[in-house]
Amino acid sequence: MLVGMPPDYSMPAMEVVRELIRRKARNLRLLGVPVLGLCADMLIGAGCVAEVESSAVSLGEAGLAPRFSEAVEKNTIRMNDATCPAIHTALQATEKGVPFMPLGGVLGSDLVKGRKDWKVGPDPFSGRQFLLVKAIQPDVALFHARWADEAGNVWVGRRKELATIAHASKHTFVTVEEIREGDMLADELLAPGVISATYITGVARAERGAWPLGIADVYGIDDAHLALYAKAAKTREGFEQYLEEFVWSPRKSFSPASSPA
Amino acid sequence: MLHKRKGNPFTEGSRELFDLAGQGRIDVFFLGGAQIDGAANINLVRAEGRRFPGSFGSAFMYPVVPRTILFREEHSKRTLVPRVEFVSAAGSPHALLTGKALFSWQKDRRRFRLESVHPGHTADEVRNDTGFDFDFQAVTTTAEPSAAELALLRGPVAKAIQADYPDFAKRVWGLN
Repeated sequence: MLVGMPPDYSMPAMEVVRELIRRKARNLRLLGVPVLGLCADMLIGAGCVAEVESSAVSLGEAGLAPRFSEAVEKNTIRMNDATCPAIHTALQATEKGVPFMPLGGVLGSDLVKGRKDWKVGPDPFSGRQFLLVKAIQPDVALFHARWADEAGNVWVGRRKELATIAHASKHTFVTVEEIREGDMLADELLAPGVISATYITGVARAERGAWPLGIADVYGIDDAHLALYAKAAKTREGFEQYLEEFVWSPRKSFSPASSPA
Repeated sequence: MLHKRKGNPFTEGSRELFDLAGQGRIDVFFLGGAQIDGAANINLVRAEGRRFPGSFGSAFMYPVVPRTILFREEHSKRTLVPRVEFVSAAGSPHALLTGKALFSWQKDRRRFRLESVHPGHTADEVRNDTGFDFDFQAVTTTAEPSAAELALLRGPVAKAIQADYPDFAKRVWGLN
């Protein structure tokens, strides 16, 4: 199952990630739109992942994603390396219902050799060579957002890569901070940040569901927790201890509700 | 700083940066590399059995943005290599800046040329610590930043960077 997920700065559904680990999900294929961070490193470390397609997996300022790096070095997951705009373009092709789309740049990169779903071909008008990327349709889009409403719409504000994933995926599941009354599409100020219910398969409320990552104007990224994770996950034992503390039997003092706003 | 947490310029998601670059609206871009080679290729994927995060948008940005400046603070044979193990991105850079020297890129010959060596380092040291061949003629000493430039870097620039890279700002400028 191919699961499209956002980067750490764009509201991954972390509470769902923790539940997937608790339920011992297996053989997931993760698609980073266009990169991945904590959610992927945790799922990989917990053995939930068979394959990753992403332009990068990193913990940002907290450093390398240690469980990802080790899994690739030891060949326990397949890594399908991409570059950011190629993933956006492949999803936009699916949004438009066309089989592929051209993209500038990229030629000369070894990434092209590693991809069966990327070809190089001429612009039929000018004859110039372009990268042609095959459309990608994730089975599931999974992310967190600030609001859903009674009409089934979801508000993501400026985080439009989430709309792209939702538009291109067969199913979209979203956790939200809050469920509002009414229909956000009837509000001209909110409507531009809304993914309409047409694209949404299911919504669940999960307060502070992005923690230890953030959601703009509600709570910030818990940088101290990310640093704690980065340090713990450097070793397999440290990672297992982290899971014990924050996933299997979350300690009250570190529960999402106590993270800084 | 394009992806800063507060007030970044994009309202169409993270693809907007690449769309801007594709149209030619981004003038200058900076790229680092775990390895950089004498043909100006960069590697962000793997080296010596170690896996790094990945290529990010470099494969697109490098050839598309007109002025790309390569940088790598560590200037050693480990980082500046004859041939990168994986070409994340290929292109024609404007320059390569390291902790010891500044190189320009000769597009016609596809080779670097050593332009200047930073104060405290020598051209011989740079030759010894560089894994690829490069040209050099009249090598000068890199000009030190002016008082105004330093004030700008240590003042408003440091403050802006601190908002998104608090650890870096603490390490480099002692900001808390």
